[in-house]
Amino acid sequence: MQYSTPAGMSRRHFMGHLAGSSAAAAAALSLGQSLRTHAAELKKNKKSAIMLWMSGGPSTIDIWDLKPGAPTGGEFKPISTAGDVQISEHMPLTAKVMDKLSIVRSMSTREADHMRGRYYMHTGYVPNPNIEHPSYGSVISHETAEQRPDLEIPPFVSIGGGSEGPGFLGMSWAPFSVTSTGQIRNLDVRPDELERMVDRMRALDKLEKNFVNQNRGAAANDHMKILEKTVHLMTSKQMDAFKITKEPKEGQDKYGTDPFGRSCLMARRLVEVGVPFVEVDLGGWDNHNGIFNILRTQRLPALDKGMSTLVTDLNDRGLLKDTAIIWMGEFSRTPRINGNGGRDHWARAWSVVVGGAGLKPGIAVGKTNEDGTAVETEPYTSQDVMATVCKALGISLETTFTSNNGRPMKIANSGKVIKELFA
Amino acid sequence: MSVRVEGAFRSLRMAVIGLAVCVVTSFAGAQSESPTKPSESKGGAADHGIPQVKRINEEIRKVWEDNKLRPSAQATDAEWCRRVYLDVLGRIPSVTELREFLTTKESDKKAKLVNKILYDSNYTEDYARNWTTIWTNTLIGRNGGMERRTLINREGMQKYLRDSFAREKPYNKMVYELISATGSTKPGEKDFNGAANFLIGKLEENAAQATAMTSKIFLGLQVQCTQCHNHPFNEWKQQKFWEMNAFFRQTMSIPRRPQRDLEESKLLNQDFRGEGSGDAREAIIYYELRNGLLQSAFPVFVDGTEVSKSGYLSDCDRRVELAKLVMKSPYMDKTIANRMWQHFLGYGFTKPIDDLGPHNNPSHPALLEYLGEEVRKNSYNMKELIRWITLSEAYSLSSKIAPGNKADDPLLGETPKFTHFYMRQMQAEQLYESLLVATQAQKTRGSYEEQEKLKGDWLKQFVVAFGNDEGEEATTFNGTIPQALMLMNGDLIKKAIDSDKGSFLHTIAVGNMKPAEKVSHLFEAGLARRPTQDEITLTNQLLLREGERQYTAKMKKKQVTADPHASALADVFWAVLNSNEFILQH
Repeated sequence: MQYSTPAGMSRRHFMGHLAGSSAAAAAALSLGQSLRTHAAELKKNKKSAIMLWMSGGPSTIDIWDLKPGAPTGGEFKPISTAGDVQISEHMPLTAKVMDKLSIVRSMSTREADHMRGRYYMHTGYVPNPNIEHPSYGSVISHETAEQRPDLEIPPFVSIGGGSEGPGFLGMSWAPFSVTSTGQIRNLDVRPDELERMVDRMRALDKLEKNFVNQNRGAAANDHMKILEKTVHLMTSKQMDAFKITKEPKEGQDKYGTDPFGRSCLMARRLVEVGVPFVEVDLGGWDNHNGIFNILRTQRLPALDKGMSTLVTDLNDRGLLKDTAIIWMGEFSRTPRINGNGGRDHWARAWSVVVGGAGLKPGIAVGKTNEDGTAVETEPYTSQDVMATVCKALGISLETTFTSNNGRPMKIANSGKVIKELFA
Repeated sequence: MSVRVEGAFRSLRMAVIGLAVCVVTSFAGAQSESPTKPSESKGGAADHGIPQVKRINEEIRKVWEDNKLRPSAQATDAEWCRRVYLDVLGRIPSVTELREFLTTKESDKKAKLVNKILYDSNYTEDYARNWTTIWTNTLIGRNGGMERRTLINREGMQKYLRDSFAREKPYNKMVYELISATGSTKPGEKDFNGAANFLIGKLEENAAQATAMTSKIFLGLQVQCTQCHNHPFNEWKQQKFWEMNAFFRQTMSIPRRPQRDLEESKLLNQDFRGEGSGDAREAIIYYELRNGLLQSAFPVFVDGTEVSKSGYLSDCDRRVELAKLVMKSPYMDKTIANRMWQHFLGYGFTKPIDDLGPHNNPSHPALLEYLGEEVRKNSYNMKELIRWITLSEAYSLSSKIAPGNKADDPLLGETPKFTHFYMRQMQAEQLYESLLVATQAQKTRGSYEEQEKLKGDWLKQFVVAFGNDEGEEATTFNGTIPQALMLMNGDLIKKAIDSDKGSFLHTIAVGNMKPAEKVSHLFEAGLARRPTQDEITLTNQLLLREGERQYTAKMKKKQVTADPHASALADVFWAVLNSNEFILQH
């Protein structure tokens, strides 16, 4: 379906028609302004991040920090890797690219409920009834948007999951959620209707503004901003990035037909056209029952293939040096194996994996004790990981948001950079 | 040939211009009309002679005074009317309904409208549909029963709720039935009991979800975090979770686990032998502390009331006992009052509304307490609670923020003071039903089941499930791009603005309303108001543009099928339906 340049109606022409209407609607609301103290330093920032979100709470003791021989060790054995770390035997492909990633083994957090954990790991803040904090994708896309004037599609894309919201930054920084098929509903406008669409948009713009001017609160203005973004997207060639079938066959084959693999491919395509933050969701880690069989036969093979292919592909294309990878879930799972052969929720000692964007690769940061129940070195938190990623992306840690209750809030909740990853 | 086309265009163009001129002139008078006066008396808020409304108004005003805040003006009658239809019936008013309310000269017409939509049998179906939607989403989520592999029969859940709301079942009775249900989940089976659908999907892992959701939905108590450990921020201890959990341990489902394309499932009770050595006379359960020590628990309600330790059903049906205890608990009363207040005012007295634990202070404690007591005193008649809230002063205020209440903005982290109406987005279901009404398609809709099926299929596109065992989910119908795309280009909208012969718009276009009335009709249908002067000007431009387009098409010898007036009206209606004013409950 053609939606970008129908005969006699180029995108530029179409947007030109809109210039007087919805584009001007961007007279932005002052919600969540960030004070850019280091604007100059960011000017040419083309860095991006891909988060591999393991929804449900992945068992890191079975993947990244094995405890062979310990009563909590479980069924899997560690294997050596291309990096200076060992990982699970069921991650053989990823083992070959561990010289490009690093494991933080001293994560220690407190939120072991799905909702709270997801919120905390995505925002760096614990849930608070009075304020909603912006999530990773919202923060990073908000901080990099100005440097990407050519980006016509949403700067924060979530594939296969819901991610977390934009909080006080406002709905225009919300994730754009798509499924792993990359199909986006209701996108196509018939070329012969574009001109009529322009007329309609102009009428709509009038109605929108009239209502906004009645001072009824932020929701009216947020709606107008979303409309503007939607129009941009409807007419952009960059939307091809979502169409993984446009990838040469060889490339498609590498990632395979599994939904996670296809999501990883889409993430690479999106980063390539300049999307600063993509989140890929792989669910099914809430393994209270029969964990080892599920991991061995389902979760780990899918993860291994998708993750290793993504890292290799980004590296081959020279994108890895500018693309941060973050692998994590809301928490991990109990070292103790329960009566149903599963592991329950556990946040006190666990691992996340990061890499790319200049982060020091191939190492394990921190250490847990011999049965994996406690962290023995300096504990790291969600804020620390977020601060580390922001620094790697060239986003100043002095960035301060003004939340809508007027309180200044440091980016990444003042987390401390994990220094081992900057060598 | 070309002369004929030229001639046709000229007449078309004339017709369009004529229409345009008519629009402007006939509205010249309408614009100077003064806004409708609110029916309330001066000084103090109207209480419509209802003591509960009086008390609500007093309690809300107290907080204004304490915070030196002044309320916004009254919403217009039209705004209020749209508001109350959306919240009570889940749809906007039709043009006829709106005009009837605006033109009536009766005294206390607001109270009369509320009574009508609550108690007039013409509205029973709408009322029941709306509250069935709301409660289905609360009890089993938007995704419950939608997957191929599930024990839940969504239709069964909806049927139970629809019957309950249509027959005005008291709320406490509904709670009792939902907690104690047994039987088949599927309509048509001999032992069908739709209420069984609430618990049947929540029995895995020793009914952890049944425990958590029953406590949360009906008692406003969040015990789920205490399943694994004593919670750091609230007083509920791990022991409490397992004592509540013990009530659900006689419960089982057939089949035990979800299967693909399941025909039928049943919720049953059976004797419980307890864990460990297993003596049903003292059916004990065990749980583990974080340090690995085992603790034991028997059924004990959150207020400390114990029931029989026996696991034999003949001695004690634990869920029946639990249901009775929940019905006695003042937490149940406060929770429903809080939930309903949030439904109508946008914010509850606590955030989240289903956390009334002692660590979470309500914004209006006395009012919450009072409403809970009144609900109990009035035999849990939900329609009475709705009447009190919708006739309260807080519900009648404009959503326009005034100088005297700028500070009252819950988005800024303030507790809500209700000095102005807080705007919020329509739910996906409300949008769907509203479009039917706005295009008068509700009269020709198919059977209830067919219609719900169509709606269900449409709603699926907005649900995002999170990958965990607790069935948590989010909706993308939340003011983001997918929603905007759906409203701009989706099939539902295409249908609503269809201007072919026989459509709503075509009927209006060729009908004998004055041109101005046609445009006004569309504004009233979508926004419950007439167009302003600049909106009329804009409409005229659209009509002209449509004429030009059809001329061009004719010059190119393309077939023009649509009526030009109908096409222009379609453009206007598209803009109306895509506007913030339409989608926001204001």
